[in-house]
Amino acid sequence: MSETYLKLNNLVKDFVDGRGETVRAVDDITLDIQKGDFVTLLGPSGCGKTTTLRMIAGFEHPTSGTIELHGQDISPVPPYKRKMPMVFQSYALFPHMTIFDNIAYGLKLQSISRDQIARDVAEACRMVNLSGVEKRYPGELSGGQQQRVALARALVLKPEIILFDEPLSNLDAKLRIQTRTEIKRVQQAMGVTALYVTHDQSEALSLSDNIVIMNHGKIAQSGSPEKVYNHPASPFVSDFIGNANFMDGQVTRVSTTTVDVSTAGGTMSIPADRCEHGLESGTTVRLAIKPEVISVNREKSQFPVTVDVASFVGPITEYKLQFVHDGSDEPQIVTAIESNVEGVTTVYHAGEKVFMHINADQARVYKV
Amino acid sequence: MATTAQNRAILREPAVVATIILMFLLLGLFILYPIFSVLRLSLTQQGSFSVDVYRELFNRPRYLRSITNSVMLGTVVATIATIVGFVFAFAIYRGGIKGRRFFQTMAILPIISPPFMFALSVILLFGRNGLVTARLLGLDTSGLYGLPGLILVQTVNLFPIAYLTLSGILQNIDPDLETGAMNLGASRFTVFRTITVPLAIPGILASWLVVFVTSMTDFGNPIMIGGSFDVLSVQAYLEFTGMGNLPRGAALAVLLLIPTVLVYFLQRAIMKRGSYATVTGKSSRRGRPNTGRGMRVILMTFCSAVTFLVVLFYGTIVFGSFVRLWGVDWSFTLDHFSYSWDVGFVTLRNTIMLALIATPLTAFMGLIIAFLTIRKHFFGRSALSFLSLLSYAIPGTAIGIGYVLAFNAAPFRWSGTAFILVTAYVFRNVPIAVESGIAALKQISAEIEESSTNLGANSSQTFRQVTLPLIKPAFFAGATFTFVRSMTAISAIIFLVSARWNHVTVLILAQTEIMRLGVASVMSTILIIIIMAFIYLIMKATGLKRDQIFSSAQ
Repeated sequence: MSETYLKLNNLVKDFVDGRGETVRAVDDITLDIQKGDFVTLLGPSGCGKTTTLRMIAGFEHPTSGTIELHGQDISPVPPYKRKMPMVFQSYALFPHMTIFDNIAYGLKLQSISRDQIARDVAEACRMVNLSGVEKRYPGELSGGQQQRVALARALVLKPEIILFDEPLSNLDAKLRIQTRTEIKRVQQAMGVTALYVTHDQSEALSLSDNIVIMNHGKIAQSGSPEKVYNHPASPFVSDFIGNANFMDGQVTRVSTTTVDVSTAGGTMSIPADRCEHGLESGTTVRLAIKPEVISVNREKSQFPVTVDVASFVGPITEYKLQFVHDGSDEPQIVTAIESNVEGVTTVYHAGEKVFMHINADQARVYKV
Repeated sequence: MATTAQNRAILREPAVVATIILMFLLLGLFILYPIFSVLRLSLTQQGSFSVDVYRELFNRPRYLRSITNSVMLGTVVATIATIVGFVFAFAIYRGGIKGRRFFQTMAILPIISPPFMFALSVILLFGRNGLVTARLLGLDTSGLYGLPGLILVQTVNLFPIAYLTLSGILQNIDPDLETGAMNLGASRFTVFRTITVPLAIPGILASWLVVFVTSMTDFGNPIMIGGSFDVLSVQAYLEFTGMGNLPRGAALAVLLLIPTVLVYFLQRAIMKRGSYATVTGKSSRRGRPNTGRGMRVILMTFCSAVTFLVVLFYGTIVFGSFVRLWGVDWSFTLDHFSYSWDVGFVTLRNTIMLALIATPLTAFMGLIIAFLTIRKHFFGRSALSFLSLLSYAIPGTAIGIGYVLAFNAAPFRWSGTAFILVTAYVFRNVPIAVESGIAALKQISAEIEESSTNLGANSSQTFRQVTLPLIKPAFFAGATFTFVRSMTAISAIIFLVSARWNHVTVLILAQTEIMRLGVASVMSTILIIIIMAFIYLIMKATGLKRDQIFSSAQ
């Protein structure tokens, strides 16, 4: 039912840095984007996600590889003929034009009647819940309003795809969540394909049909939000998308259902389907444990720890726990998250000696 | 650095490629070729390479003296003018003195004067028949000719350059840095010594160098009141035009050219490397004055004294316009006006007309070059920016001689025409337009232009609809300065004028030389009024503020 709309084939981009050395910003990216999907390129800064987006928009020329739209190579098409409007991080509104003129800009470049332009702009404003500001200038609007203008300016062209370059990073936390919901609603209502670049995993998880996690110019993993969150393919993905804790250990026993790993705090039995393939007794491994699968209590269990920092943030409390390995003088810090239910959970304070329990069924094991 | 992919990308825009080639051709013909002609003439003897001209120059005390004199004058004036400019800027932007707006105006006023106007004032005030020297003090003196007079007029003339650079820098120093230092226990003087001055050092050095070069290459003041104090620019003119010794004139121009080009690149390097980017985060609010009461009184006195000199110099010229015969007959007259009308009207009209032709051409060319060098990637981009800024570093004397040599024979037989004057105005001033265009473009984020492209506009549509409106202030600042500098030009223009196409400053100089000081005063006054009217009209028509226009004067 879905068809490939945009296809990246072995895309590579090299830059020459200030010292004359070649830096590979994008390293052999191959990706299919289905029509109507919301696809996010997610990764830390410098991972090549923005460069990839800019190559699609035509602002950068790939060093090698091709970009196909409906099966046609678009590398000879100049950026102004690609019809892929982009929402910029800085919004890039034209400061010398009114909001109306900003939104109408792309339409005026086509031969469209004045009346039609006015109708289209009004429609786009309605889509993004923006009205009554058409005669004002960008400088007179709040950040959130500017963001909507930027979105309307792209929508008004009725494009098949919209490109987003970290569009929410200049908004405050509350507005970010509100605008995020709105972007998703508009995208679904119009059935437009969206390619969205961000470094914020909660944005990526909440918006996307498909997340492409990038690192060092390569795709680290791609898949649905549930898949990349619950089945991270590497320690990098575990860390980046789940803020996982890491613990080193050694495999002591492998059975068909479980793998036993001995760690500083004792041996843990982990379901075999959560372990990387090809483990055998003696393999050095790394355990990734999400903060929410660690519980903190006073009952004596796996690890005695000291509360280093306790951050009470309403619905949850985030703990930084210090625990000392046997025979190691470097204390390790582990992050745990506990939900707060009034009258049920206790909130511990810095300096308290408590215990942490790791739910081994939820850990993941990677070869080192 | 433009990669092959970027070079290929630019080829998809034939209009851009054609523009780049045109700019290279124009700059090559009107900047490189004339300079090459000067060098060639100074280094040839009977058709073959020779350094004889230079050997002769260095063997004659008279020429050696003009070299040391030029350097000495530049050094003294640069030092004094930079100090005056710094104190002025500090008093206004950090000292918290009263009457800021008034002093701001007075500190930039000398910029719009013809370069020799204050020399005329000095002749009127301190000359042989000077108001102060002869009438008030009753002295029988040859007047303030030579080094002291030159130091006085050039300092008043050039301290605004230092003031503009340094006020920009002082305004950019985040007041929070100074407040912060005080908060950590530093006294006012310690803050000044450890924060303010170190942050301003690049600006201080850069101002010193710019004033040094401007003073050294000045022609108008030394020819009027230099007396027996020979300097290179005047010597080059006298040899070239007066004695008809073309190779020697060319060689003197080259001697003037070498230090100015070196200093120019030194200055750019300092401004590039040394300017601290202190723009991080939002500054909390305007800084409070970093001075005590006593210091404010001293700063106020100093600024008032300098302002008094500026006003005195202008007032003298206006006054001189109405005095029948300065020093002899002090009665009121309007005769100088009618005489000036008879001798000067055609010249004045032509000067204004040619300056008005050069003004938009220069501003457009500056913007196009700035746009190409900042926003486009192509092979030879840095060469283009280098070439376009080069003429800034070349003394007017060298340009004037170069134009005479390069453009008086086929295929470029243009000497004596209006065309050669217009090209001289354009290419003398294009660096200012380029610089202000570059500064403006750097403030417009590339994303704004990209978003226009992204929404379907091609290169020229983006330039016309987005870039051009946004750099309008830079355009008019470039235009204003081209007009002012064209109207007041003399060092290059004096080589290029003809009976048919004269220039008003050359006419004023001639009137001064035959001691028609009243007529010279009238013409200077009218010139100043025209320039002020032009600036006023530009400000009215475009809604730009004075500071937006003058910010490019550095």
